[in-house]
Amino acid sequence: MKYVDEFRTGAAARALSRRIRLSTTRPWTIMEICGGQTRTIVKYGLEEFLPPEITLVHGPGCPVCVTPVELIDRAIAIASRPEVIFTSFGDMLRVPGSTTDLLSVKARGGDVRIVYSPLDALDLARQSPTRQVVFFAVGFETTAPANAMSVSEAARLGIRNFSILCSHVLVPPAMEAILSSPANRVQGFLAAGHVCTVMGYEEYFPIAAKYHVPIVVTGFEPLDLLQGIMMTIEQLEKNRAGVENQYTRSVRREGNVPAQRLIREVFETADRTWRGIGLIPMSGYRLRQAYAPFDAERVFDVGMITARESPLCIAGAVLQGLKKPHECPAFAAECTPEHPLGAPMVSSEGACAAYYHYRATAPAS
Amino acid sequence: MGKQLETDPSAGFSCPLPIEQYPTVLLAHGGGGRLSHQLVQKMFLPRFDNPHLARLHDGAILDTGGARLAFSTDSYVVNPIFFPGGDIGELAVNGTVNDLAMCGARAQFLSAAFILEEGLPMEVLWKIVVSMQEAASRAGVTVVTGDTKVVDRGKGDKIFINTSGIGLMRDGVTIDPSNAQPGDAILLSGTIADHGIAVLSLREGLEFRTRLASDTAPLNGLVDAMFAASTEIHVMRDPTRGGVASALNEIAGAARLGMVLEESRIPVREEVRGACEFLGLDPLYVANEGKLLAIVPRPLAERILLAMRAHPLGKDAAVVGEVVQDHPGVVLMRSTIGGMRVVDMLSGEQLPRIC
Repeated sequence: MKYVDEFRTGAAARALSRRIRLSTTRPWTIMEICGGQTRTIVKYGLEEFLPPEITLVHGPGCPVCVTPVELIDRAIAIASRPEVIFTSFGDMLRVPGSTTDLLSVKARGGDVRIVYSPLDALDLARQSPTRQVVFFAVGFETTAPANAMSVSEAARLGIRNFSILCSHVLVPPAMEAILSSPANRVQGFLAAGHVCTVMGYEEYFPIAAKYHVPIVVTGFEPLDLLQGIMMTIEQLEKNRAGVENQYTRSVRREGNVPAQRLIREVFETADRTWRGIGLIPMSGYRLRQAYAPFDAERVFDVGMITARESPLCIAGAVLQGLKKPHECPAFAAECTPEHPLGAPMVSSEGACAAYYHYRATAPAS
Repeated sequence: MGKQLETDPSAGFSCPLPIEQYPTVLLAHGGGGRLSHQLVQKMFLPRFDNPHLARLHDGAILDTGGARLAFSTDSYVVNPIFFPGGDIGELAVNGTVNDLAMCGARAQFLSAAFILEEGLPMEVLWKIVVSMQEAASRAGVTVVTGDTKVVDRGKGDKIFINTSGIGLMRDGVTIDPSNAQPGDAILLSGTIADHGIAVLSLREGLEFRTRLASDTAPLNGLVDAMFAASTEIHVMRDPTRGGVASALNEIAGAARLGMVLEESRIPVREEVRGACEFLGLDPLYVANEGKLLAIVPRPLAERILLAMRAHPLGKDAAVVGEVVQDHPGVVLMRSTIGGMRVVDMLSGEQLPRIC
């Protein structure tokens, strides 16, 4: 397949692997930000291509994983109301709230539907004027433009039975939170290619300079990741801390300017709580006051929600790169994809699910 | 306790609910993956406990009145009921014919039971009936008994079909996961994931244009050709719901052996790969309705493969991996770039109601 097969060839992977091995003289710890990258690393067995000095730790870039449990409880409360059609991307449905998940709400008769775009949810609202259609707007900067567009369109068309439950988070504040933690061990970052496709990578220069870390904007195919790792290692070995772009076929320095304009029109930055990590100042988006009628948290008063997390789950440490999924005592024991205790075991982008599904537990014969 | 049992039969303390994690049935319980497996293992097997069921094959093998029979049943709830390359009626005939073929039997007689939703246009039902009859005649089976029930509008989804089938076992043939041996070759009869992606392409909110058609087909002719090449086929399985990954995991678990697949040898159509890439699906977990996996002794693999390739339904057949002694119950795959990963059983539901 064009634009895919070229980035999955064994010979090129081995050549990159040789160059990484030649360049590496001491131990380095690199974090890939995005869960999509974690998945590729584990699915293609990329760690076999790296020298033992390189440790990859998996970042917080899984939107489903960092959505606070309190907001999932709120989603469950809204989805349980008879007048509501609750729409969401598929993997949000299995994320455990305090006591249940959205899929179980559906099984008990709630009208919960999977959509593939917030604009589909908006169409549903137009077709169902007697119902309230709510879209669960989670995600990083990548999904923000489409979510912003659904709200902006709803306003333009005067659709009053559509709202979003917003839980948008931003990458750069999360990187700063990780880097400023006393327990931090990350020395270089692979920035998330799709986030940068929207936002560009201007905002990473101050972070690279302030914390003296190399940041390489990286794609999602196996060769993208190996090349991103190589570029990071070469910077680390030369004691450089610059921002570089490996994913040039998709990312421009200034990003997608019309998409950014749309985001700014609809959203403003706000403090956000990250599941497993805690509150990070100015780390997310909320709807601007002008769009308050489309904010599901204001449309539906679901009262006080007291969230409860499983005490066994170490998702916070996993999402900050402090622990690897298999270091959790509940991994593959109490916590499995069928019975997840924490969100990283649910999403295909979650580090725990990636380890569970793809990681060789037995030596290759 | 006895008194409580009288007033509330569900409170019986000798019958605790075996699946406590799920107080209600979820779609994934019918998805052919881990939760379906759990339902069978924890609820059905222990209660219906008998040696025929315990083999957990696509059908039961029964010695009765001097004949060895295979007996199988399957229900069809696909949505939409007409899809590129087929419809629910054709699927219902081929599915049971294939389950019998995977037992090593020759399908002979089918039953057909219909659950119809009030308001279903007669014209639609007629199209499905005609399609079933044509499929039956292609597969050389006869529909000999049936049943019809109608439910209130809104209480079913247009039409559900159950078919059961009886087939005559070939002499001297035993197909069973426990026959698999280290060193055996794993054969796959053609391109994977065609059915699931073809059905998906019509889903509401996801419609995409494709030339792709479901692969629904009766596999009994292909199986005849394979047995003509050799009767020493150890295991056969048609990878329907849950796809190739779940079928191989079931076999590896039952045989207590490991498997190693080569990703580059698994045939996948370009348009299926494209659809899977942008939808985030793994073709190894997507359903097939006209493909089979066979586990055969290595020295016979070439001969059986040639026989498969000479048949129209096996022209893309390939050796995709081997059975190994190591890592029992675990299926590994060497990725296209050479790294190794686990191919796990399907968790949750990739796509609802595809068969």
